[in-house]
Amino acid sequence: MQSRKDDNASVKRGVGAKKVRKEDDRYMRGLGDFVGDMNMPGMLEVAFLRSPVAHGQLKKITKPTNAEQNIFVAADLTGVKGILADSALPGFKSSEQPILAKEKVRYVGELVAACVASDRAKAEDLADSIELDIENLEAVSDMLEGLEEGAPLIHEQWGDNVFQHTLVDGDVESIRRTAAVKIEREYRTARQCMSPMEGRGVLAFWDSRLEQLQVFTSTQIPHIVRTGLSECLGLSHEQIRVVAPDVGGGFGYKGILLAEEVAVAWLAMHFKRPVRWLEDRREQLTANANCREHFYRVTAYADESGRLLALDTDAVVDAGAYSSYPFSACLEGAQVASILPGPYDFQAYRCSTVSAATNKPPILPYRGVARTGVCFAMELTMDALARAVGREPSDVRLDCLVKPEDMPFTNITGKHFDSGNYPECLRRAVEAIDLKSIRKRQETPEEDGRLIGIGMSIFCEQSAHGTSVYAGWGIPMVPGHEQAVVRLTPDGSLEIRVGIHSHGQGLETTLAQVAEEVLGIDTDRVRVVHGDTALTPYSTGTWGSRCMVMAGGAVARACTDLSERINNIGAHLLEVPLESVALADGIVSSTRCSKTATLEDVARTWYLKPQLLPENVDGGGLEVTAGYKPERDSGTFSYACHAVVVAIDPELGTTEILNYAIVEDGGVLVNPMIVDGQVYGGVAQGIGSALYEEMPFDKNGQPLASTLADYLLPGATEVPEIVIDHMETPSPYTEFGQKGIGESGAIGPPAAIVNAINDALRPLNAEICEVPVTPHRMLGAILKAQLAKSEETA
Amino acid sequence: MKPQAFDYHRVKAVAEACQKMKDGETRPIAGGQSLGPMLNLRLARPGALLDVAVLRELRGCQRVQGGVLIGASITHAEIEDGLVPDNTGGILPIIARGIAYRAIRSRGTIGGSLAHADPSADWATTLSVLDAQVILQGPSEGGPSRRRLYLKDFITGAMQTVIAEDELLIAIFVPDVPEDSRFGYFKLCRKTGELAHAMAAVFRGADPDDLRVVFGALPGAPMIQTGAKALDPITWQHALAKRYPDMDDTDIGVRIHVMKKALERSNTQ
Repeated sequence: MQSRKDDNASVKRGVGAKKVRKEDDRYMRGLGDFVGDMNMPGMLEVAFLRSPVAHGQLKKITKPTNAEQNIFVAADLTGVKGILADSALPGFKSSEQPILAKEKVRYVGELVAACVASDRAKAEDLADSIELDIENLEAVSDMLEGLEEGAPLIHEQWGDNVFQHTLVDGDVESIRRTAAVKIEREYRTARQCMSPMEGRGVLAFWDSRLEQLQVFTSTQIPHIVRTGLSECLGLSHEQIRVVAPDVGGGFGYKGILLAEEVAVAWLAMHFKRPVRWLEDRREQLTANANCREHFYRVTAYADESGRLLALDTDAVVDAGAYSSYPFSACLEGAQVASILPGPYDFQAYRCSTVSAATNKPPILPYRGVARTGVCFAMELTMDALARAVGREPSDVRLDCLVKPEDMPFTNITGKHFDSGNYPECLRRAVEAIDLKSIRKRQETPEEDGRLIGIGMSIFCEQSAHGTSVYAGWGIPMVPGHEQAVVRLTPDGSLEIRVGIHSHGQGLETTLAQVAEEVLGIDTDRVRVVHGDTALTPYSTGTWGSRCMVMAGGAVARACTDLSERINNIGAHLLEVPLESVALADGIVSSTRCSKTATLEDVARTWYLKPQLLPENVDGGGLEVTAGYKPERDSGTFSYACHAVVVAIDPELGTTEILNYAIVEDGGVLVNPMIVDGQVYGGVAQGIGSALYEEMPFDKNGQPLASTLADYLLPGATEVPEIVIDHMETPSPYTEFGQKGIGESGAIGPPAAIVNAINDALRPLNAEICEVPVTPHRMLGAILKAQLAKSEETA
Repeated sequence: MKPQAFDYHRVKAVAEACQKMKDGETRPIAGGQSLGPMLNLRLARPGALLDVAVLRELRGCQRVQGGVLIGASITHAEIEDGLVPDNTGGILPIIARGIAYRAIRSRGTIGGSLAHADPSADWATTLSVLDAQVILQGPSEGGPSRRRLYLKDFITGAMQTVIAEDELLIAIFVPDVPEDSRFGYFKLCRKTGELAHAMAAVFRGADPDDLRVVFGALPGAPMIQTGAKALDPITWQHALAKRYPDMDDTDIGVRIHVMKKALERSNTQ
């Protein structure tokens, strides 16, 4: 790592510079190119007929006689295999997701038939004309009911509805017997639908010149999609090219191999014409974007000061009907037990988790995977402990947080916290939100009858975790070294080729900043090539807040190797010994002479005037592939404390966020402005989890929100101004000390906001343990408290 | 989410429109902000749509004896922006500004909203409390056949009105609001622009007994109480419980609190 010359962020170059995103120019002008913008001669459009029932035997599908050639059911897809995403964890039960339903349907929205026409409306007409004969079966719409004896079985051969069960069986018995304080709670987080502005979309065609299937799809993981398509379609990898064009948000939703991708690819080969499917909002909401649904039963033991001693938890995650590729059905369930302890140090821990199958769409990874639910359970528990002993919740937390002098710290589940000062983070948040003045304000009633509350959440977030972590998990995809190719072109500009894909993170800018840091080349002269399996090295893609650590590290390594080759040629051009030259600000200079060589001089010589170079020059030239892994691949741990002030109306059940402050430590920030943007966006989603977003299902497994009028997303007026304060504790294991930070904003809000609401509800003795906090739930909690009180007095 | 194929008609006059709608499958579309999504979700599958947003007769506004006539195809945004004469002391523009989002207000029309009769829509409740009337025109052999109805006689339930298949809502009559009267409005939404979960409008004339209170966003048509007891919570509680036996106490309590908020605002609005 080169030293930075200027600490002033506005004129800073390379790592740490607040650069405006290079890609924003085209996005702001409406010049981005998404799957929905693409059009090809002779292109056909697909509409899917989806299952109208949550659970049933598929007896018969009748196609209208005049359209048999344009409607496809499972039996028509010759040579196509279903999607298999098994985990190697002990006891994991396998389930193959058919591309189009066979024999049984297991959730509303499951693909049943593909209808192909010259436009989408006509394709939907075809879908309308199909007759379905389905024998309804009793559905499992609630994960806890599905685990009861005698519940209907989603996958009969299993004998129950459990994808997988994990157990961390620590000894809590001795503490249980002696602890001064014990609290018990049940928590629930709603099933949500992540909602990027752009839905999914796939366009595929067969290129007869290349004898290759071309798939343009809105994905975060083009290489993994290629591997998945290869498995399902029986093609070799070289017969498939996957391109992710501009992607309008992903959040995990596009980190999945889609049954629709397999179907559209097959149809393109069948028709030998371009075929496209664009997801509509109803499909996204009712059939595809499900995530987040957790249940926790927590017993916490503490001493009389509220210091946490032991935690005993049973958690259930509603994993839906199938296991999604590549992250599997236990992506949340299997993580819950290992990350629930959060940033705290305590003595004893027991946690069992169940990934339960239900007649709902498969659970998918969503920004903050498992961490949002876990933080909610842990941080509400910390507040409950504080209330039980009558102390300020932030003081109770301070007693339990891992101490900075103990870093790096291996916690009770073996997680290795790389660096940081958690108590300092909390103290700064207490100050930023001005806890004292809020406590004072609470002493006098508000004029408008509302109640004021203050709440916090603190958490740490494992990210950019690699081989050792995922090998244990044993899913179809285990990340290894991340690779980058860097290539200096004849005019001295730089191409970076990476297998990850940017879907809003600004990686076209930040990876260029890494090159600027190492080579001194201006970011305007750097092009990041990504999202195309034909042009980039293999990668597991963009997920797990891994890109800045992994791809950033790989680009740095490749640029460092490239700089050696540049210096070699530069030294020759300057006619000085190699030891005397250095590359800075894109110029090779020497202590031995006043002449300099620019990157363009070096590149032009290598490509176009090689006669000027000696015979023994490195034949690898100005193109380098380098692979990278951090010194430890157990992940970086960024952390943050969210602090919120709310006003609630106990008559209407409404919540207004008055103030929101975050203290955040993402290690060394490559582009602080982009990090702030990531945090703002994440918090908006977290506010959605806390107060608005919920996909309800009825008893029969019917999804009850099918448009954005029913599924509420927070808008501009629901997201307050957020104050962000950064700490920058370098990770000891990564290239520049950077940590994964992309998901953090979405993790803290539900816990902090509900803690604030519960703080406001204290005078009424009411408490809420479920998100989203709708007016109905809040009024219900108040009513319950009133009834309890009247029973007491009676 | 693409509609089933339909024919699209434009005509020059209301009379012609009414003739066209006699076929039973031609439905009028104005701003399309409710019908559009219903078409795309295929919840509505009309054979033909008749575009009334462009009918000149529906785009006018005029002062008349005792009030203002607002053409049915005037958009919420035009009212919000003060492009139509306001005889309500600013009530109509304030209400218009709170309807959904600006994009919707730019296309959605006052007549379309009333004819759609969504219980959560702002105009049904507001115009009820202002004692407004709708003017409907149907086909007739001789001259135009028109009728004029108070909103309580026009809207009969959720998404239900007395409008005939070949009738068009052409204008709204808004009576002059006296200067010394008071108006307050409150709707309960979890987020800006969302359809309301509860709403109430309070109108108080110069005479203390000249009181009108309307509850909206109910399972059915807006409910109205007038006179001295119009603001009485107990009266409302009984009225709501009688009309909607399934409505729980919490829900009723919220609605009464919403009325109190509207009343508070009537002291300032």
